Amino acid sequence: MMRETILEAVNLRKHFRSGGGLGRTANTVRAVDGVSLEVHRGETFAIVGESGCGKSTLARLLMRLLDPTEGDVLFDGRSIAGLRGRTLRDLRRDMQFVFQDPFSSLNPRMTVGKLVGEPLETHSPELSARERRAKVAELLGRVGLRPEHAGRYPHEFSGGQRQRIGIARALASGPRLIIGDEPVSALDVSVQAQVINRLHDLKEEFDLTLVIIAHDLAVIRHMSDRVAVMYLGQIVETGPSEQVFANPRHPYTRALLSAVPEPVYGRAHDRMALKGETPSPSAPPDGCRFHTRCPFATEECRKRVPEMREMAPGQGAACHHAEKIAAEHGSPVAVTGSGRSEGAERRFAMYAEAIADRGA
Amino acid sequence: MAHVSDPATADSVLDAKPENRVWKKFRSHRSAMLGVFLVAFFVIIAVAAPILPIQDPTATSWSAVRAAPSAAHPFGTDEIGRDVLSRLIWGAQASLMAGVVSVAIALCFGVPLGIAAGYFGGWTDTVISRCTEALLAAPFLILAIALAAFLGPSLGNAMIAIGLSATPIFIRLTRGQVIAVAAEDYVESAHAIGLPTRKILTRYIFPNVLPPVLVQATLTVATAIIAEASLSFLGLGQQPPAPSWGSMLNTAKNFLNQAPWMALWPGIAIFLVVLGFNLLGDGLRDALDPRET
Repeated sequence: MMRETILEAVNLRKHFRSGGGLGRTANTVRAVDGVSLEVHRGETFAIVGESGCGKSTLARLLMRLLDPTEGDVLFDGRSIAGLRGRTLRDLRRDMQFVFQDPFSSLNPRMTVGKLVGEPLETHSPELSARERRAKVAELLGRVGLRPEHAGRYPHEFSGGQRQRIGIARALASGPRLIIGDEPVSALDVSVQAQVINRLHDLKEEFDLTLVIIAHDLAVIRHMSDRVAVMYLGQIVETGPSEQVFANPRHPYTRALLSAVPEPVYGRAHDRMALKGETPSPSAPPDGCRFHTRCPFATEECRKRVPEMREMAPGQGAACHHAEKIAAEHGSPVAVTGSGRSEGAERRFAMYAEAIADRGA
Repeated sequence: MAHVSDPATADSVLDAKPENRVWKKFRSHRSAMLGVFLVAFFVIIAVAAPILPIQDPTATSWSAVRAAPSAAHPFGTDEIGRDVLSRLIWGAQASLMAGVVSVAIALCFGVPLGIAAGYFGGWTDTVISRCTEALLAAPFLILAIALAAFLGPSLGNAMIAIGLSATPIFIRLTRGQVIAVAAEDYVESAHAIGLPTRKILTRYIFPNVLPPVLVQATLTVATAIIAEASLSFLGLGQQPPAPSWGSMLNTAKNFLNQAPWMALWPGIAIFLVVLGFNLLGDGLRDALDPRET
């Protein structure tokens, strides 16, 4: 496994001000509040968390589509904060984005050919119009579309096809890293598998690093090497996917995993239902942010903010009582290999089928 | 690939090259074609006025004052015996010019300023928006009258005055559309691929804010034609004896009982040309929207 870091976030914060005005105090929404992470070259790194935890904001900060309130992002060891002009253009060539909603992320007034050709035009202006068309046709082929689709408009395609147009557009500039903001959550399950496998193949083919934002754990488990779990703007657990899925150390990760209907166990298990609502990111609780909903919370959790601590090689969790919880309750998802639920079997079969389909 | 569906459409619209598609869709739009026909009809008449076999629109005849329609004067004559038909035909020039040129002026100023205000925000927006609001505070016609009076009475100055008075509407409309469009994912995708701001504005913002602006423009052509009529009535637009529909209509109102034809024909002409522009605008909007088939 290569360990070279390609993308690094250092204590990233993004606070949005909302409301305020005459006689009213403004609300500060702490969408991302002190996130540090490292993405290694060539891996697939997943960021999971429920809606509103700041995943999409984090993705936009990593891309510098948003400027952080505090902290820094390093791409290839170089800060992307002050980039402008030429160097910013280079960053845009090396790092690309796949959007969540394929229905709103393609300009409805441009043909597919123009959409996919646009990054080429921006980053390889030396190409002639003919060379560009040839490259566009090749890219469309790579994502499973036909060259003659280039003359059509996005609205003439299905969701899955549009998302592949978005992927072709992201690939066009020849990036080294692609960030996907829930790239498949707007698609049907069968199409999801297809798009995910496509992304995975392209990753191998183009030697890419992938950062995938998601809330679907089945998707994450299927494709990622390492995973970071986010809660209320902070990362609460991080580590190799298999390890985190098999042996979660943070109570929030346990809760997330136990909420997944299909995975690995067919027998009854103690589903860990969380109490209450996610607190508002404009008024996060003191101490550990998860203490308002954590069944294991103690007085200490209410007062002291937990540090991220190494629990196992490569795996860290920000919980005061991680060891104790693990000792008393064991792993919530005992991986025994067999006993997958029927639904899970069907879903895995679908992935396999999609792979076979593509090979044919 | 099993899932790459092939929409085997034999649709003449979908199979057309993109540049032809808008035109094809527009052609199959019935009311739009009626609009084109109406506007084209008046444009041709206006352009052909010098070569049409009609009487001199300024020739007076004291033997035929306010004469009812007859073989010699099919549309009748006015209060000093001028032929209404030929004045109507020559007047088409002034009215159409006033409508189109003043809206073109309003678009030239309004759309770029609206895009700048909506896209860049901050101080740019504050300055442009406050000025726009100041202009909007004065009623459209009063503003046009004041500007026309300041510039001096002539048809050209009337067009400038009407155009500038209509500008704030376009600034406001464009600004609002730009704010809505700029929040779309596809604009963010343009940032993500590193597209220069100039191209984001011309490829992403402009084409997506254009349709409502075009529709507003056609409506404003109608307003501008009426505004020109009002200015002409006040002596600030078309200078007598040269004809315009507005001045004809405004003179005619004094003789509604004795000579209704004096008001009828310019009224019908204004109605038809305004209708034509509105239908044209609606059709254009439908044709430019790629989501509608």
